[in-house]
Amino acid sequence: MMPSADAFKLAPPRSLTDEEVAGIRRDFPILGRPVNGRPLVYLDSGATSQNPASVLDAEREYYEQRNAAVHRGAHTLAFTATEAFEDARSTVAAFIGAKTDEVVWTSNATEAINLVAYSFSNASLGLGGEAAKRFRLGPGDELVVTEMEHHANLIPWQQLALRTGATLRFIPVTDDGTLDLDAAAAVIGARTRLLAFTHASNVVGVVNPVADLVALARSVGALVLVDACQSVPHVPVDVAALDVDFAVFSGHKMLGPTGIGVLFGRAELLADMPPFLTGGSMITTVDMQGAEFLAPPQRFEAGTQRVSQAIALAAAVDYLSSVGMGRIEARETELGQRLLAGLADIPGVRVLGPAAGVERIGLASIDVAGVHAHDVGQFLDEAGIAVRVGHHCAQPLHRRLGVTASTRASTYLYTTTDEVDQFLATLREVAPFFGVSR
Amino acid sequence: MTSSDLQQLYQQIILDHAKARHGFSVEPLADLVAREADGTRTAQSHQVNTTCGDEVTVSVSVGAASAGEAPSGTDRIEDLAWRGEGCSISMASASVLSDTVRGLPASEATALLGAFRDMLRSRGTIEPDEERLGDAAAFAGVSRYPARVKCAMLPWVAFEEALSRAAAH
Repeated sequence: MMPSADAFKLAPPRSLTDEEVAGIRRDFPILGRPVNGRPLVYLDSGATSQNPASVLDAEREYYEQRNAAVHRGAHTLAFTATEAFEDARSTVAAFIGAKTDEVVWTSNATEAINLVAYSFSNASLGLGGEAAKRFRLGPGDELVVTEMEHHANLIPWQQLALRTGATLRFIPVTDDGTLDLDAAAAVIGARTRLLAFTHASNVVGVVNPVADLVALARSVGALVLVDACQSVPHVPVDVAALDVDFAVFSGHKMLGPTGIGVLFGRAELLADMPPFLTGGSMITTVDMQGAEFLAPPQRFEAGTQRVSQAIALAAAVDYLSSVGMGRIEARETELGQRLLAGLADIPGVRVLGPAAGVERIGLASIDVAGVHAHDVGQFLDEAGIAVRVGHHCAQPLHRRLGVTASTRASTYLYTTTDEVDQFLATLREVAPFFGVSR
Repeated sequence: MTSSDLQQLYQQIILDHAKARHGFSVEPLADLVAREADGTRTAQSHQVNTTCGDEVTVSVSVGAASAGEAPSGTDRIEDLAWRGEGCSISMASASVLSDTVRGLPASEATALLGAFRDMLRSRGTIEPDEERLGDAAAFAGVSRYPARVKCAMLPWVAFEEALSRAAAH
């Protein structure tokens, strides 16, 4: 029996101390390198995180000691490779409160979303037979997303709507960058078949009210997919407690390597879904006319798998678990509030999204009046500070908030308070350098 | 901080042009069509930098060059107007483009564009010919920042396409 979420809230986890963060930083080789003659200040973990030595070692150890094709071959290496690959699945599943067979490896979160979209698309063509009937879409059916989605959680649904004749609708964002829940209640209705939304925004950093949104979807019998790319790396996530049907996230945003992502799907749904990619390793019997497919998760893992990446991702999960996700969340909340408080003090800087006080992850996107985000980023880079500039793959949200591009600073467990302060101090010099007076 | 590298990139000329935006128009095509003389042809091109979403639209009017300034049958850039949204490098580059190519024979403008592109792609190895390039020489510092070359080229690419469309009319 799982303790309720309230049970955890009774004793909020301690934040990480500066000494602990200093120790963590020593595990990340790249954080020691200079950039433009200055120590690197890496504030772009929201785009991609850095890797601890244990993750790099896991990948190397796999190639040096176990490299072989998984799920085929009867030799010792093939067995140990398969074992490590499947152990990695168990590790990642346990990390998010899923059953092992509910974790499907993908190349990234984008592919995970496309897997679901194409599976529904295939079901709509009649593939998967009777069992897959409940995933069929057609004219009159509606898919619902939000206006704050990353393009990865928007375009696959646009395309699915185009392929099936379903309609794509969206929950609008308010002026302060949060979801308009009144509008959500109106948008989600009897025709809604799927609700897809981001758990935490990669631009405004808000944590969306999953329980409210899931309740709305459940009340009309719609499925729920949550984009957990910005939540799983930074806060404790339990997919069973969230009661979502699907969740996706990327390895490279959570100390893991590129090339590996995860689709969580509830077992009874995965069992009825037709495959997306097809080919070797996902079949039972094949003749020249057709094939029988394996049960999930193998049904969705065609071809040679990302074995070393999966093993390295499990090493990343072990690292995060050893620090403690609750403690990481507490630390990043502090860093996020420090960032917001500092930004509020800089003339001409507008923070996109809600002001301090609203629950958010440790990132902030800003607009510097009179200076384009690219110029802001260039100025910061010269000081060794790495931030993200542009639309962060969320053009509709930027348009909604009245800007074409923004500058985003995002923190992680290895971010120091000094780094946040250095970013703030350097940001103060931006407007004067570009001759913007106020 | 203001390191000298950064000042090489953001030369005062560039910062000034980014603000002045010579040739900027809310409706570049309509403006040019409204003021085009008989026998001129006007065309437009819209370019987007997919990395950052910067956008520039350049409209160009071309007419026959007068005898003596170029071989007969050659086009001349009669007018140019642009609209855009982007970083100081791309906005300044559009402003400089407007100052530089207006009134030039098309062949000369195209040659200048080639020289500008070569300079930007040189990674700092080509010394700009200031006499020939004028204010455009100030973008030499951009060539050391490969990620920003696209920003500086964006209006020129739009110009190149608009010119070839106008010529094809």
